[in-house]
Amino acid sequence: MSSTFEKPPVESYEAKEKRTRALNASQIRRARVTGIVMLLLAAVVVVLFLPNVEGVATFGLSLPAETIQLDPLEVPVQPALWMLALALGFLGASQFYRGFQHKSTMILGISFGLFTVAMMVWATAGQEFNLESMLVATVSRCTPIALGALSGILCERSGVVNIGIEGMLLGGAFTGVVMGSLLGGWVGLLSATIVGGILALLLAVLAINFRVDQIIIGVVLNILVLGLTSFLTSQLLVENPEWNDAPIFPSIPIPILSDIPIIGQMFFNQTIIVYGMFVLVGLVTFLLFRTRWGLRTRSVGENPRAADSLGISVAKVRYISVIFGGMVGGFAGAWFTLGTVGRFDENITAGTGFIGLAAMIFGAWNPIGAFGAALIFGFSESLEQKFALLDIPIPTEFLAMAPYLVTIVVVAGLVGRARPPAADGQPYEKQ
Amino acid sequence: MSITSPDGGITIEPDPGKGASFFRKLTTATDWKTGLVIPALAVFTALVIGAVIIMLTGSSLAETLDAYKALLQGSVGSLRAISQTLTEATPLIFTGLAVALAFRAGLFNIGGEGQLLMGGMLAVLAGFTFTGLPWFIHLPLAIVAGAIGGAIWGFIPGYLKAKTGAHEVIVTIMMNYIAYRLVDYLLKTSLFQREGRNDPISKNIEDSAQLPALLQWLDPAATVHLGLFLAIGAAIFIWWLLFRTNTGFEFRAVGANPSAARYAGMSVTKVYVLVMTIAGALAGLAGTGQVLGLLDRASPGFSAGLGFDGIAVALLGRSNPIGVVAAAVLFGGLNAGGQYMQANADVGIDLISVIQALIIIFVAAPALISAIYRVRINTQSTQISKGWGA
Repeated sequence: MSSTFEKPPVESYEAKEKRTRALNASQIRRARVTGIVMLLLAAVVVVLFLPNVEGVATFGLSLPAETIQLDPLEVPVQPALWMLALALGFLGASQFYRGFQHKSTMILGISFGLFTVAMMVWATAGQEFNLESMLVATVSRCTPIALGALSGILCERSGVVNIGIEGMLLGGAFTGVVMGSLLGGWVGLLSATIVGGILALLLAVLAINFRVDQIIIGVVLNILVLGLTSFLTSQLLVENPEWNDAPIFPSIPIPILSDIPIIGQMFFNQTIIVYGMFVLVGLVTFLLFRTRWGLRTRSVGENPRAADSLGISVAKVRYISVIFGGMVGGFAGAWFTLGTVGRFDENITAGTGFIGLAAMIFGAWNPIGAFGAALIFGFSESLEQKFALLDIPIPTEFLAMAPYLVTIVVVAGLVGRARPPAADGQPYEKQ
Repeated sequence: MSITSPDGGITIEPDPGKGASFFRKLTTATDWKTGLVIPALAVFTALVIGAVIIMLTGSSLAETLDAYKALLQGSVGSLRAISQTLTEATPLIFTGLAVALAFRAGLFNIGGEGQLLMGGMLAVLAGFTFTGLPWFIHLPLAIVAGAIGGAIWGFIPGYLKAKTGAHEVIVTIMMNYIAYRLVDYLLKTSLFQREGRNDPISKNIEDSAQLPALLQWLDPAATVHLGLFLAIGAAIFIWWLLFRTNTGFEFRAVGANPSAARYAGMSVTKVYVLVMTIAGALAGLAGTGQVLGLLDRASPGFSAGLGFDGIAVALLGRSNPIGVVAAAVLFGGLNAGGQYMQANADVGIDLISVIQALIIIFVAAPALISAIYRVRINTQSTQISKGWGA
């Protein structure tokens, strides 16, 4: 323990300079690679998109039900694509020669954004595409991903790895539909939340009291819930279809705000589960970074020994965070049944929990960051669906791959050094 | 004596000495009780809980016992049942090894699904592209192609982890999704798609690329194929690699403490890349065995979750190659018996997943077993992964 107060060893001048130079070299290489990626995007626009399209791409900006109807946006395809390609090329070249240093992440993000716009313009050439309905779908689809990520963040900020997000979503989805069918949507939503909390309690007991490897528990939780819900579906729900027919929460327009063009429908005309997600993202951010509870949770996740010596009960803090996280996961599960289709099918979550896990890491264990990542995943999911309806010359499978490729590029290129809480995954033994 | 990392996270098991018995050499288990008693009690307890779940869904005790009788019959009750058990176990040995090897080097390979798919696709490609080759050239060629397919899919996350620090968990998950989509696409291209078909299904492989069935001279429906021996061979090879070679020692040292390994002059970069490449090849061989030994073709989703099941198998086998084989046979038996149970006793096969999950919980937390049965055993919980690592 005394080592904390020892002076750090003095670094020689040569060693320091060598280290700085090595750091610069790796930064420069990183900037070069990023620049090349951006130039490649520009090349794709010029070589693949430009030669075989013309005419006008029409983007609808309003839904039929809205009070304020905006005129559809008509984009002349050729000039728009040229401008986007030039912008991408300029950004790529600057990044390659000069580097944007700490702004590189943002610039790369902007480049992917510009490229996406180019792709949409190209795919829509000569056709019509309702942008507004896609954006509304984006926010809806990002909900379980963002909530799943939030569930992970709550557990991991206190030092408990949660690979079992998928299981919590699935458990919530199943309970939500059964209780919702029998006793109504609100009871369903509440039960889903409670079941998420119970699954998290299992995680907490095994991880904190029995000190079982947390990744094992998470994996087991996923298998257990998938098996149990599929088994109960085939044994019970198939024979009693009335147990698998829950009411769906309606979209609730918020007066005045939902009349704002474009963003009104996206953010202010959604179901209660989506609003719950907005509230939870804000609430968890506030709790984690602005309250005594949050400071304690984070300190337990970073250095449980130090927190313990200050009189904080590591086990208690971890129990509270993990169970809260599980309840968020169960609540998120209700989106799949009560928020969309009103019925449960085997493995209805289809890996969304893992996407949530990715969003958590992508967002560097920060609720706002994870919400941003979830929006990107939600956007690409709904874009894929829209593109399937348009008649475009490239296979939709490649479009569907795009978000995963982008995630790899971003994680490898820039946020690869995102740091998890220091004590994440390590059981704590009181001395 | 074993070396334990400072946080207690990972223990490097000692190389068994010259005087060690054959069994001990094989398993390197520190205590026969932890090696046998705990798994046996874990299986028993999981089956009891499974029975309770069956009864809760409205079956009587007699029906439940019938279901378990069917489970036993379907897994070991006849030659065909044993053959089915071993057929189910074959890919699980490979994917279990793919996860276990990565665990030993401190990496978490969730990418078994993608690696398996890409391996299977390349094996199918080699299987139907070449015609007129004798089997002793064609079959090895297809197997190597499958291993390469998986190796490529494993190399990418390993390389990115080593060079950029991109977390292997997130990259392997993404590689899985990319592989699912890529298979969907490839199966609709003229290269793969069977003539005259509109649905995504590949051409059939040539007979010369088939892994021969082992027991069909006894029972035409016995599906167990040569892939089983490939899998056992792979397990022995990985055991030898991990515990008998310098490379394997480096793997385990990096897994225990990357900083210490780097300080000792080992290349952590090299280890990460190598481990993920070998792990990918192993998972690729799982897919290869499926398409060359069982399916004869590729169709969407032929991975059937085997890559994820490999995680459970590796955990149950405590990341020991020999333990992985035992765990895979156990899980294979449960799967085979579960199919029989579903067909003959009207109890859904998904119950098997529940039982498997419970088995892993009890094996990973021996303290639970110790509390239920009042047996005195080493209740140290398993710690084989290291959270998100460094």
